[in-house]
Amino acid sequence: MFLQTLITGLSIGGIYALMAVGYSLVFSVLNFSNFAHGAVIMLGAYVGLALATKLSLGFGLVLAGSVAGAGIIAVLNERLAYSVLRRRKAPSLYLMISAMGCSVFLENLVYATIGSRFYAFPEFFGRQVLTLWGSSVSLLDMGAFLFALVSIFALHVFISSTRTGIAIRAGVSDMTMCSLMGVDLNRLIAIVFLLAGGFAGVAGVFLGIKYLVYPTMGWVTNKAYIAAVIGGLGSLPGALAGGLILGVVETFVSSYVSSVLRDVFSFSLLIAFLVLRPNGLMGQDTEEKV
Amino acid sequence: MDYILSVATLAGINMIAVLGLSVFTGFTGLFSLGHAAFIAVGAYTSAVLTYYYYVPFALALVAGSAMAGAVSLVIGIPTLRAKLRSDYFAIAILGFGEALRVLLENLTITNGARGLPGIDSFTTPFTVLFCLAVSVVLVSNFLRSRWGAACIAIREDPIAAEMAGVRLFRTRLLSLMVSAVFCGLSGGLMAHYLSFIQPVMFTLTQSTQLLAAVIAGGMGSISGPLIASFAFIALPEALRVAQMWRLVAYGLLLVLIMVYRPQGLMGYREITSLFGKRRDDGRRER
Repeated sequence: MFLQTLITGLSIGGIYALMAVGYSLVFSVLNFSNFAHGAVIMLGAYVGLALATKLSLGFGLVLAGSVAGAGIIAVLNERLAYSVLRRRKAPSLYLMISAMGCSVFLENLVYATIGSRFYAFPEFFGRQVLTLWGSSVSLLDMGAFLFALVSIFALHVFISSTRTGIAIRAGVSDMTMCSLMGVDLNRLIAIVFLLAGGFAGVAGVFLGIKYLVYPTMGWVTNKAYIAAVIGGLGSLPGALAGGLILGVVETFVSSYVSSVLRDVFSFSLLIAFLVLRPNGLMGQDTEEKV
Repeated sequence: MDYILSVATLAGINMIAVLGLSVFTGFTGLFSLGHAAFIAVGAYTSAVLTYYYYVPFALALVAGSAMAGAVSLVIGIPTLRAKLRSDYFAIAILGFGEALRVLLENLTITNGARGLPGIDSFTTPFTVLFCLAVSVVLVSNFLRSRWGAACIAIREDPIAAEMAGVRLFRTRLLSLMVSAVFCGLSGGLMAHYLSFIQPVMFTLTQSTQLLAAVIAGGMGSISGPLIASFAFIALPEALRVAQMWRLVAYGLLLVLIMVYRPQGLMGYREITSLFGKRRDDGRRER
C-alpha cells in the first residue's frame, strides 16, 4: 500500500513536473506567469488525440506529433499575444493579463467548436501491471515517471551545455545585455516557447491517457504553478523536485487523510510556500527590484 | 419588458462586484484571480442567514458583506504582509478561491455541491439600483480619501509610495477588504435574486469575467469598468450569443486590449470628464 501510493504519487508528480518545467522556463526568461500554459497543454492533448484516433498512429508518433503541435501553438501564442508587449517593455502584469486572455480564449474556442465531450485515448499500454516488491504498479505510471525524469534531464543538459542553451541562460540573467552580445532575442524566445510547448505536449498526452481529454483539462496546470513555486520559479531542477514532492504529498493526503481535502491542502501548501519561502527550494532571489 | 429588467438587474449586481474589484485592481494595482470567492462568501452567508435563521434581508446583506471582508483578511494578512510579487499574489489568491470553493462543496450547511435551492427572492431591481448607487458613492468617497490617495500612490509606484510614508501592508489590506465587502454585497444580492446558489457558480471563470470588465473599462476609472461590465452582460444577451462564445470574446478582448489599448476604455478618466467642466482634481492628471 505504502509503496503503491508512493509510485502513484511519483507518476502524478512526474506529469506535474513536465507541466511545471515549461511554465518555469518561460517564467525565467520573460519573468511573468504564463497562464496560457494550461491551454497549450490541453491543445497538445487534442492534437495527440486526433493523431491517435483519426490516423491511428502508434504511441511514439502520437507523442512526437503532440510535442510538435503544442510547440508550434506556444510559439504562435507568443508571437501574437506577447511579442508586442515584450518589445514595448510593458509591465509583467500586462503580459500576465494577456496570457490569462489567451487561456480563456483557447479553452472556450475548443469548447465552442469541438464541444465539451470527454474523449479517451486508445489504450496504448492496456492495463498492464508490473509487480514490484509485492505491490502492483501500472506500466503507464512507471512510464510517465521515467519519461518525465529522462526528458527533464535532457532539457537540463541542453540548457547547460549547448550554444543555444547558454544563450537562454544569458537571457535569463540579463535580456538587454544578451541582445547586445549579438543574440537574436526573437529567435531565442521562440526557442524557449517551442521547448515549453513541447513539454506541454508531452504533459498533455500523459494527462489525456491517464485521465481524459476535455476543454478544461488545462486547469490541472494550477498544480504546475504550485509545483513550480515549491521548487522555486525559474529553476528546472526545482520544477522537477517541486512536481514530485507535490505529487507524492497529494497522493498521500488523498489516500490517508481525505481525497476531498487534497486540493485544499495543495493550495494551502502553495500559500505557505509563497509566504514563508517565496523563492522555493531552489529558486534564485526574485524580489521585484527598484 | 420583464426580460430586459431581469438582464439589467443581473448586470447591476455584477457591476457592484466589478466596482469592488476595480478598487483593488484598478486603483491599487494588484491583480486578483480569486474575487469570485468573496462573492461566494457574501452569497452563502446571507443566504444561510435568511434561509435557516430568518434574518431580515437587509441585515443578511450587511452580514454577508462583513463576512466577505473578514474572509479577505484570512488570505490578505499572510500574502500582503509577505509583499509578494504581483503575479505570486494572483496565484495565491487563485488558490485561495479554489480552496474555498472545495470547502463550500463539502460543508453541510451549504448543502454541498448541490447548492442551496429556494432562497427567498428578496432582491428587486430597485434594491439593486439603490445598492449600486450607494456603492458608487461610497467607493468614490473612499478613493478621494487619504486612504484612496495612498492606494493610487501604491499603484503608481509601490517603492516611491513607501518612501513617501505610505504603509504598503495596511493600505493594500484595506483596499482588499473594501473590494471584498462590495463583492460580498453583490453575492448577497445575487443569491436573493436567482434564489439558487451553487459552488460551481463561483469559479475562476467568474473571477476572470470580473477582471476582464475592470481591465477593459480602464484601470483607474470607476465609470469605465461599470460601463464595460454592463456591456459584457447586456450585449451578449441582446445579441443572443451562447455563453461559450461570450467567453471566447472575453479572452480575445483581454489580449487585444493589452496589445492595443492597455489603458482600457476610459483610461484614468471618468465618464463625467467627457461632458464639459473638468473637475480640478489632482488625481486625474496623468
